[in-house]
Amino acid sequence: MTNEIRRVGVCGAGGTMGAGIAIVVARAGFETVSHDLSQDALDAAKKQISGFFGKSVERGKMNGTARDATLGRMQATTSLDALAGCDLIIEAVFEDLRIKQDLFRDLDSVCAEHTIFASNTSTLSITEIASGCGREDRVVGMHFCLPAQLMKLIEMSPGMNTSQQTFRSAWAFVDQAGQTPVKTQDKPGFILNALLVPFNNDVIRAVEAGVASPADIDKAIKAALGYKMGPCELLDLVGLDTQMRLCEAFYPVTLDVRSSAPPLLRRMVAAGHLGRKSGRGFYSYDGNTMFGG
Amino acid sequence: MKYSITRSGVSRSFPEGDAFLSAASDDSADVIVYLGANGLSGPAYHPDNAKAAIVVELDIECLGVHTGEQSGEEGSNVVGFARYRNGEDAPSGLVELVRQPNAEESAIFAARQVFEEAGLEVVVCADQAGRIIDRLVRPKYNAALRFLDEGLASAKDMDMTCRLGLGYRDGPIERVERGDLARHFKITQALFETYGTPGYAPARRAIVAKQRKED
Ligand SMILES: NC(=O)c1ccc[n+]([C@@H]2O[C@H](COP(=O)([O-])OP(=O)(O)OC[C@H]3O[C@@H](n4cnc5c(N)ncnc54)[C@H](O)[C@@H]3O)[C@@H](O)[C@H]2O)c1
Repeated sequence: MTNEIRRVGVCGAGGTMGAGIAIVVARAGFETVSHDLSQDALDAAKKQISGFFGKSVERGKMNGTARDATLGRMQATTSLDALAGCDLIIEAVFEDLRIKQDLFRDLDSVCAEHTIFASNTSTLSITEIASGCGREDRVVGMHFCLPAQLMKLIEMSPGMNTSQQTFRSAWAFVDQAGQTPVKTQDKPGFILNALLVPFNNDVIRAVEAGVASPADIDKAIKAALGYKMGPCELLDLVGLDTQMRLCEAFYPVTLDVRSSAPPLLRRMVAAGHLGRKSGRGFYSYDGNTMFGG
Repeated sequence: MKYSITRSGVSRSFPEGDAFLSAASDDSADVIVYLGANGLSGPAYHPDNAKAAIVVELDIECLGVHTGEQSGEEGSNVVGFARYRNGEDAPSGLVELVRQPNAEESAIFAARQVFEEAGLEVVVCADQAGRIIDRLVRPKYNAALRFLDEGLASAKDMDMTCRLGLGYRDGPIERVERGDLARHFKITQALFETYGTPGYAPARRAIVAKQRKED
């Protein structure tokens, strides 16, 4: 038997992923409670969300009535107690084990017995996040892709103590939300990041080894494999500092040398060449000229 | 740019019927393209300094196998190339042009022109094992094959994850299997021999495919 999910809380809903997840949840017809520590972040997210639905109406993906009803299903709060009536909580707070563990422990005393806790973590273990929260059997991994409001795929992973019923209920919710779940084990990076993070490091190492310029590597990958974006363009978009953090999360756990931060990545981060956000990474974004690292 | 073709074996880049073959001119052209020389050890071309470029098709070997090497000073009007192709799939639109450190710029320019005029996309890379594509995608296929053995997810789910989550045209498992696991073995074995890092070591499923072919 699976518990019916009607009301969903999103923690960290003022952030990039949380705001996108709140859109997915509300759009699918669930009552949505957006929670964040920062009221400013929630206010900014609210603006982005109404802008997003405004565009959906302009593009004919949604009519005005549906938009109003969707926005009517969304509320925002900085109070954890306001999540008391939720059947499912999806957390997308900072990628920090202690913060996520503390959040779930606090929520355990706020939420009903049946409430499921889902984590959107990219690098941490679901079993570790659940550890000590008081309902380890009702915690599940639910990894959305960026941008959450557009991407259908969700990697679903049970922790070591997750009950089958919890996993089934969470899976049914994802289905009902119109998303596409895939089952993975609770291992570092699940499927996507486990393949992507070392691949991106291999690209950085190839640049450093003088195999080809970043521009030629991007061109080659796009022409040969049909990727929409070259890996150097993608790294610049995601941020070289983010890639560095991913390496730091994976390498100590897996000891897979492909996951260790390449020396060029370290130098680029130290030099402030973080990608688009700093105006310069593998490419420079004023004149769009290429920088060879 | 006019080019002529000298063939010494089967070409993976330009199979029978490819328009590139029929558009070639006679031996007086400025650029000579040597096809099907790959896999041969020793010279696969006739040196001719009067030509703008001598362009030698490569398989998994380095250009240095054909030209010889001189302590990092190697380079002439000879350049290597391979048109990327996954197994027996139709060849892609990508040509990896291989240059040695002292390659003549005019030779690279001429070779690039020949392929671009044939509607192909050209990138230039150093004469290192795996060039760009195999160097980068083979360890990823190895990882996906290992994940499959370890039960991370099903092949179908891994492929779908890459298509939906990363926008790839096909997933790593379907791609490496279509490209032939025994060929994946051959390529990764050569890469592993060169680089020695575990990511290149042929995956178990590739070893199995190769052993079954030998039986
Ligand atoms: N950005 C990505 O590409 C991506 C993709 C998939 C998953 N993720 C994961 O999603 C999570 C969030 O990432 P992000 O990029 O959206 O981060 P972000 O920094 O944009 O947002 C995090 C939000 O969480 C809030 N927050 C922090 N601690 C909180 C707490 N205790 N309670 C409530 N709110 C709190 C912050 O105020 C902030 O608004 C991380 O676990 C990350 O690994 C990120």
